Amino acid sequence: MADYEDWDAARGQDIVNGLAGLEGATLPILHALQAAFGCVPRDAVPMVADALNMSRAEVHGCITFYHDFRAEPAARHVLKLCRAEACQAAGADALHRQVLDELGVPWHGTTADGGITVEPVFCLGLCACGPSAMLDEAPMARVTAAGLRAALRARDDPRVAA
Amino acid sequence: MTVSVFVPRDMMAVALGADRVAAAIEAGARRRGADGRIVRNGSRGLQWLEPLVEVVTPKGRIAYGPVSPADVEGLLDAGLLEGGAHALCVGRPEDMPYLARQHRLTFERCGLTDPISIEDYRAHGGLAGLQRALGMAPAAIVEEVKKSGLRGRGGAGFPAGIKWNTVQQAHSDRKYVVCNADEGDSGTFADRLLMEGDPFCLIEGMVIAGIATGATKGLVYLRSEYPVAAAIFGQAIAIARREGLIGISVLGSPHAFDLELRIGAGAYICGEETSMLESLEGKRAIVRAKPPIPALHGFMGRPTLVNNVMTLAAVPWILAHGGQTYADYGMGRSRGTLPIQLAGNIKRGGLIEYAFGISLREVIEDFGGGTASGRPVRAVQVGGPLGAYLPAHMLDVPLDYEALAGIQAMLGHGGIVVFDDSVDMARQARFAFEFCAAESCGKCTPCRIGATRGVEAIDKIVAGMERQRNLAVVQDLCELMTDGSLCAMGGLTPLPVQSALRHFADDFAHLAVAS
Ligand SMILES: Cc1cc2nc3c(=O)[nH]c(=O)nc-3n(C[C@H](O)[C@H](O)[C@H](O)COP(=O)(O)O)c2cc1C
Ligand code: SF4
Ligand code: FES
Repeated sequence: MADYEDWDAARGQDIVNGLAGLEGATLPILHALQAAFGCVPRDAVPMVADALNMSRAEVHGCITFYHDFRAEPAARHVLKLCRAEACQAAGADALHRQVLDELGVPWHGTTADGGITVEPVFCLGLCACGPSAMLDEAPMARVTAAGLRAALRARDDPRVAA
Repeated sequence: MTVSVFVPRDMMAVALGADRVAAAIEAGARRRGADGRIVRNGSRGLQWLEPLVEVVTPKGRIAYGPVSPADVEGLLDAGLLEGGAHALCVGRPEDMPYLARQHRLTFERCGLTDPISIEDYRAHGGLAGLQRALGMAPAAIVEEVKKSGLRGRGGAGFPAGIKWNTVQQAHSDRKYVVCNADEGDSGTFADRLLMEGDPFCLIEGMVIAGIATGATKGLVYLRSEYPVAAAIFGQAIAIARREGLIGISVLGSPHAFDLELRIGAGAYICGEETSMLESLEGKRAIVRAKPPIPALHGFMGRPTLVNNVMTLAAVPWILAHGGQTYADYGMGRSRGTLPIQLAGNIKRGGLIEYAFGISLREVIEDFGGGTASGRPVRAVQVGGPLGAYLPAHMLDVPLDYEALAGIQAMLGHGGIVVFDDSVDMARQARFAFEFCAAESCGKCTPCRIGATRGVEAIDKIVAGMERQRNLAVVQDLCELMTDGSLCAMGGLTPLPVQSALRHFADDFAHLAVAS
């Protein structure tokens, strides 16, 4: 997981300016903002709009169109579970029911302690050894509920967490 | 003497512990005073054996897999570094029938080399295609691609040579090559394997495409779900620039071609080429009406060649060996080789590059070894989420664009997803609608609204509510979506739904209480 920076207008403007020269720079800028701040902060929208000669509504429309962009930061850890067909064939549905139940969240939900956000994802390209998942930046294949529990525990253990 | 140990860095190997395996081998070898050098190669495509560790010995490369971090000490004790015997030893990879039987053209280097070593790339035949192309007129390059019979591997199967010709003939101040690396179909991972295992092959293919069409800039649109591919391909671009493979003068020639990697943002529809162009231009990725076609009016309104990763990565081989040699593989109008991806409930899933014409049954039984669960195969979805479900008795169909179209199915990007007899096909049909509703760009009503209504109708059928009426609703919706959708998202969602209804009608009846 990443440690996100608090919103800082000067830093946001730097990110926008650094990429605004690309052809069709919107996605690279939104990705860079989210990598820094954990989301695309509301205050960044007018900056992007000004730099790219777009309306604020257009920038907002972009943020909402793509599943990846967030208006609020996710929890410390994001667990993405693959819901697509090849993983279904390998038993993903039953695994997901169990995991969501254990964590006590619906899809897109964050656990009560604010520690984990669970997101659906449609295919991670790990379809030959499903079910698949991604915990923060770490891909996982042949996922079991026990394996996930261990991975989550390891992440929250300060001796293991990076 | 230094022993080279190969531990793949592809995303599957990493997902199954390859980074820890590599670290454990390094530490264990050092502790034993042995001189081991770890090379992080790409995947051979034997995905069920990942992490597949290979050791260079006088008898060739000896492989072990699947190796978990906990296996490493035992392997080292058994003489891993000398290719010693161990339960996980699978011998020389090239002797394994799974690999030996394949026709590896596009994937000839994948898994053999260090993906970011340009020296390795050259030593294994890389850049031969580009060298030849640099001595040819652009029209002659296009002619070679036409002769190969290569068709777009992204799904639609459009002849590559014809598209290249259109872009070449177009007049403009600038032209672009856009590589479609969105690979959104469930059950597909060939683009990922190549970009992680042999990225220079794609770069070389794009450079050749640029020279042939007169495009000076290439963009690769890679899905955000592939962070490992992004890292490796990003490294490869930097090395290619340093080595003069891309830049203002390609390998010292008068041709300029530069390359940029762009990352998507989790929208399946961005795999559709006009949606992708909108996304690259920085907008919401709403599908464009065609015409105008991207070949004439693409990125930034300029002529743009849009091709899938596999299409572009086939080109270096075609240029190096000749279009006719490539066309000698295959059947009917499907020429050359298809990177088949075998996935789902399967014992030996992975990448199988094979001449068009091999049957689904050979792939699933001979290569795949049947289901992972050991239960009978009941349904097979071919061609991703917009592809048809086929029952077990139809598996003798050859993998060929026209043969599949002939049974109301689709080859798509070559993904094969196997289900055993525990599958509930009403659920799968429902999911097809659900997926379409979630991923529709929203431009046309049949797709946007129809898919949501489809989910509701199937729920009613399964609940036994007005079964006949709701079955008719589903069929109506399917016809409407087929006829009234702008792109194949809405247009082909009926394929999985109707094939499930046609071949697995019982699954829609089992809970019905009233009809
Ligand atoms: C909904 C939808 C999704 C698609 N997804 C992909 C994809 O992930 N990768 C791809 O190469 N083509 C995809 N395509 C096909 C592209 O629109 C286009 O035909 C292809 O990129 C052209 O390259 P090719 O001729 O080399 O196949 C998709 C099409 C549709 C309608
Ligand atoms: S069919 Fe669906 S995805 Fe395609 S253009 Fe229409 S609404 Fe968009
Ligand atoms: S379907 Fe789950 S990883 Fe591809």
